[in-house]
Amino acid sequence: MDLSAINPILLIAAMIAAATPILLAAIGELVVERAGVLNLGVEGMMITGAVCGFIIAVNTGSPTVGFIAAAVGGAVLSLLFAFLTQVALANQVASGLALTLFGLGLSSLMGQSYVGIKPPRAEATPLGPLADIPVIGPIIFGHDLMVYLGLGIVAVTWAVLKFTRMGLVLRAVGENHDAAHALGYKVKRIRTLAILFGGACAGLGGAYISLIRVPQWTEGMTAGVGWIALALVVFASWKPWRVLLGAYLFGGITQLQLNLQGAGVAIPVEYLAMSPYVVTIIVLVILSADKSRAPGSLGRTFHASG
Amino acid sequence: MKLTTLLASAAMVLGLAGGAIAQDKTKVGFVYVGPVGDGGWTYEHDQGRKAVEAEFGDQVETVFVENVAEGPDSERVMTQMALDGADLIFTTSFGYMDPTNNVAAKFPDVKFEHATGYKRLHSNVSTYSARFYEGRAIQGHIAGNMTESNIIGYIGSFPIPEVIRGINSAYIHAKKVNPDVEFKIIWVYTWFDPAKEADAAKTLIDQGADVVLQHTDSTAPQAAAQEAGGVVTFGQASDMGQYAPFPRVSSIIDDWAPYYIARTRAVMDGTWESKDTWDGIGAGMVGIGEISDAVPANVKEEALALKAALADGSYHAFTGPLNKQDGSPFLADGETADDGTLAGMNFYVEGIEGEIPQ
Repeated sequence: MDLSAINPILLIAAMIAAATPILLAAIGELVVERAGVLNLGVEGMMITGAVCGFIIAVNTGSPTVGFIAAAVGGAVLSLLFAFLTQVALANQVASGLALTLFGLGLSSLMGQSYVGIKPPRAEATPLGPLADIPVIGPIIFGHDLMVYLGLGIVAVTWAVLKFTRMGLVLRAVGENHDAAHALGYKVKRIRTLAILFGGACAGLGGAYISLIRVPQWTEGMTAGVGWIALALVVFASWKPWRVLLGAYLFGGITQLQLNLQGAGVAIPVEYLAMSPYVVTIIVLVILSADKSRAPGSLGRTFHASG
Repeated sequence: MKLTTLLASAAMVLGLAGGAIAQDKTKVGFVYVGPVGDGGWTYEHDQGRKAVEAEFGDQVETVFVENVAEGPDSERVMTQMALDGADLIFTTSFGYMDPTNNVAAKFPDVKFEHATGYKRLHSNVSTYSARFYEGRAIQGHIAGNMTESNIIGYIGSFPIPEVIRGINSAYIHAKKVNPDVEFKIIWVYTWFDPAKEADAAKTLIDQGADVVLQHTDSTAPQAAAQEAGGVVTFGQASDMGQYAPFPRVSSIIDDWAPYYIARTRAVMDGTWESKDTWDGIGAGMVGIGEISDAVPANVKEEALALKAALADGSYHAFTGPLNKQDGSPFLADGETADDGTLAGMNFYVEGIEGEIPQ
């Protein structure tokens, strides 16, 4: 065993990067679920975002444009889900699963000629002298823009849900769509917008994997991150800061276990491999011992006549 | 009454027609663990499938299902293929071993070929694999010569004999040319997960490795090495030539096409029988991708000589004297490992640190 091989600064920096795709996808899904819609298509929207972002970034040479395209791609795919569940009143669970399968297939079709191509590199955010501060510099200020954007989205989502009228209306729609409808709010419009937001965030998360974390395009490369994000929303009791905590915890322990393995720690690898899941669930379950619960109308189809 | 007669005769006609079609074409199914676009393991199997189509043209029909999870899911996929009239089914991942044998019991007329496994419980099951460890010997030789930090990272998928053989073979040959070499091994418990593979590669690089060997299927570790700079990698299962000449300095290429063609022909001729095939560099099942100019000329020469010796059988990758990790003797001086020992290898050789997860 040689723990000195682990560099804690690099470890924490890697943890933040590993958490970002989960964080982005989960915060999007959180807004969707707070509006009362259960979209199981996160994985499909992520992988679509990953391929859209990749294709556009390669063709334009700009990772930033790629990320915008990824958000648009994820949102467009989620529009299909919005149409199925809000207009055609289809079952949300089935539609979401179909969206995942469709997204996986569509992305591998779109990405066929992009296997093995290298995307343009996303530069670290130019924070100037801040990144040169010892210890704190590489941990906090040495990341790409998407890491900060992810944190920003969490903060804004929290503030909007908690303090603004818009957030209140969104939560009302999620808690009781009949009451919200009776008050004159456009339930379907609000939900569609929430679904679009969720799709865009998932798309960004996917593109973070294909443009920064891996960076390349391979079929099926999100490999289940969308499902982890979905689970995280539930275990985080639909609260933005807990999603952040859960994502960092998950990303952190994933990195830590790889580092411990590399350092030859004598803990059986199986325990290390399952530790991210176990620890994240335990921590979030303990946190959710308060009276938090799912939005009242979550997963229920709304029809104005009802 | 009339209706039933009509239905019955219709069914008979359909049945005859179906039979006629089945006789015309040999249907070959492939079950893949990853996507065909993984650029590695599954990609090469699919190249083999395409070679079968090119060889036999209209006489065969090939079908494949990709991204099939190991376990019960694969059993369902195989059953469906057999019901759809496949005559020969290749199941191309270690984890399909039991499902393949289970389904084979239910369809005695369908031939099954399982890659990298060792169970042939029924007369319609064959197994086949390639001696990847021969390629690993060459990788180890190059890696031991090229490392400057003397730390070689190794991304393991699952702790099964095939992977452990590769680690041992690479270690033995790296150690031979560089006695100070140290292996850091990370198990990722997946064959294909680009994000996880990239993370593992980055972790190894962060911990000082300047050579990363992988036994996973995607090109993500290559991309991570390129990003880090100054890190040597090897293509796995496929050439991964898009990362040549550096970081990818060579590769192990699985060439399944000749085997797939031969086995399909055997089914057509009716000469197919259950057997175990384990071919290496000599038979062409394991190819060594071009050694790039990033490798010093003398190392390249030695590597090619090693390849030639492995191919003609004058040298075996596991030649004594070798001890097991715990110091107990494994092979005496000049003794070579027999196939049975290799097939079930579940121990590290002396010098590798860490434990194999059980």
